[in-house]
Amino acid sequence: MQAWPIYRVMGDDANAPNLVSDDLALRIYKDMVLLRTFDEKALNLQRQGRVGTFPPSLGQEATEIGSAYALSKKDWLVPSYRDHGALYVHGVPFENVILFAMGRAASLAGDVRALPSSIPIATHLPHAVGLAMAMQMQGEESVAIAYFGDGATSEGDFHEALNFAGVFKAPAIFLCQNNGWAISVPVSRQTASPTLAQKAVAYGIHGVRVDGNDALAVYQTVKQARERALSKEGPTLIESLTYRLGPHTTADDPTRYRQAEDLVPWRGEHDPIVRLGVYLEKQGVLGPKDLDGMKKDAQEWVNQAVEAAEAMPKVKPIEMFEHVYAVMPPRLVQQLQDLEGGVQ
Amino acid sequence: MAEQNMVQALNTALHEMFEGDARILLMGEDVGKNGGVFRVSEGLFDKFGGQRVIDTPLAESGIIGTAIGLAVGGMRPIAEVQFMGFLYPGLDQLFSHAGRLRARSVGQVSVPLLVRMPYGGGIRAPEQHADSAEAYLTHTPGLKVVVPSTPYDAKGLLYSAIEDPDPVIFLEPIRMYRLGRMEVPEGRFTVPIGQARVAKTGSDLTLICWGAMTHLAMTVAEDFQKRGIEIEVLDLRTLAPLDRQAIASSVAKTGRCVILHEAPRTGGLAGEITALIMEVAFWYLKAPVARVTGFDVPYPAYAWEDFYMPNPERLSRVITETLKD
Repeated sequence: MQAWPIYRVMGDDANAPNLVSDDLALRIYKDMVLLRTFDEKALNLQRQGRVGTFPPSLGQEATEIGSAYALSKKDWLVPSYRDHGALYVHGVPFENVILFAMGRAASLAGDVRALPSSIPIATHLPHAVGLAMAMQMQGEESVAIAYFGDGATSEGDFHEALNFAGVFKAPAIFLCQNNGWAISVPVSRQTASPTLAQKAVAYGIHGVRVDGNDALAVYQTVKQARERALSKEGPTLIESLTYRLGPHTTADDPTRYRQAEDLVPWRGEHDPIVRLGVYLEKQGVLGPKDLDGMKKDAQEWVNQAVEAAEAMPKVKPIEMFEHVYAVMPPRLVQQLQDLEGGVQ
Repeated sequence: MAEQNMVQALNTALHEMFEGDARILLMGEDVGKNGGVFRVSEGLFDKFGGQRVIDTPLAESGIIGTAIGLAVGGMRPIAEVQFMGFLYPGLDQLFSHAGRLRARSVGQVSVPLLVRMPYGGGIRAPEQHADSAEAYLTHTPGLKVVVPSTPYDAKGLLYSAIEDPDPVIFLEPIRMYRLGRMEVPEGRFTVPIGQARVAKTGSDLTLICWGAMTHLAMTVAEDFQKRGIEIEVLDLRTLAPLDRQAIASSVAKTGRCVILHEAPRTGGLAGEITALIMEVAFWYLKAPVARVTGFDVPYPAYAWEDFYMPNPERLSRVITETLKD
């Protein structure tokens, strides 16, 4: 039996700077602080009724940010609904994320190579395979990466996507964020496999486990998977072990299925921001007061994004009709007239 | 100009398209070396190779889902589903993604995807090979659904479908694959999506149909003609978006309408077309709109197929009833 060790970088501090420069590590850290600030703000806005149901990524910042830093802007990012952190690094402004949480379809921006966040579970994984194949066929130096959770590994499309990717040696990365929970159902109820990474074996593709709260290890793992893909060595399934600190979404009450004490280590020494902060302090690139400054900057930044989103003009009926097809068919023209006639 | 059956017309169209546009791919089960179970892709693999004529693993959601990614990524994939009865695992991809990505991305992502599949009954196929599931698709916003009934329309619609910026589902009536030949021009020509065809003009009654039912409609209409009754046969060719204008003007002219499909009756497209006629031509009607359809039973094993499928007797009876004053 193959062993499935959990890859870490920050455990070996002497070697870590050789893998990820202090400068890059600091940038990753800043964006992790920004993502947490953003999530906390969004939770507040939801309580105030200013945004709708929101899925925070609290606790998963290392995987979200570390992974996206390993990508090129030419890569296709195929996200699930909790991946606004990765989308942000890839080029989508938080303003758009806020708009999305306000019930507006706006999770994309300009020419950022990303699909809209997939809401159904795992159905977006085959898209990453197709995008990866398309990049390869057109001779582009790009990969496609799909983000999904542990629950997604139970879906048929997980199987179909990894199987297709293996058969066609697609330059794809499957980033599974094993955060322990699919709403209330623990990962032990998703599979009898001791790990999720070992599922790669059945598809003849590479599989790895990484400490998903070690941002530098996640960065390094995705970087290696990307290099494998681009050198035609095929796709990689990454199981990133992390923990969802918050609710599934603002509509969820986690006290129904887990104990407050379960969270204690994850909020403490396992917290990805705490861990990277300790490391950067040891490296001498982060002072004790720097975090306060970063938080303040992040709050300002996030507040600006919220103001910009709230200043957007109200939605109009035509926006619901005009992007269903490239050209609005007569029945939609008529239905729009019906709606607008009814409004007046 | 060569006479071709529908399989030949589709095959020729595919060869021409592959020559003309290097982005075009065909992917599905047995489409490569085998040339497709109905031989629609005959010769493509030898000519264009396995990079463009792709035998995939046996998984409909994977085929359509991967094709969506290919389409977004700049290719022009044609996904083949071996039989419409096996489409259902792939419906999720059509419902949840193909039909929505343009809207969900506020127009930033388009999915120029063509999904082809044989559909319908009448050839004594094994169970679950004969479904007419078009209503699931026409009910889904963001998709276009076309159904040729002749070799000419098959080629012209295939060209329109591959050039369309939106996902198009291309239904190929199994019974018409090799039934009848006609002259089909060489090279590119298009039959516009969204335009019905008056297969036979008439002033006494409008008979609306598509796919293999057009063949039945023509047979019955010619029979009525011998008795001096002029039936107008309207072959819809596109089921989404419906050609409202063609339906309205034909029914306004004749004042009587029978709708014919082989899919089960309840929730079938005949109901939608009837409602459309109420909206656009009610005051012209001289008789209630009637429908002749399959029954609300699972498509039966073929020993019962002749009971299930609309036939000349059932159709003639309903037409006669609708012609009464």
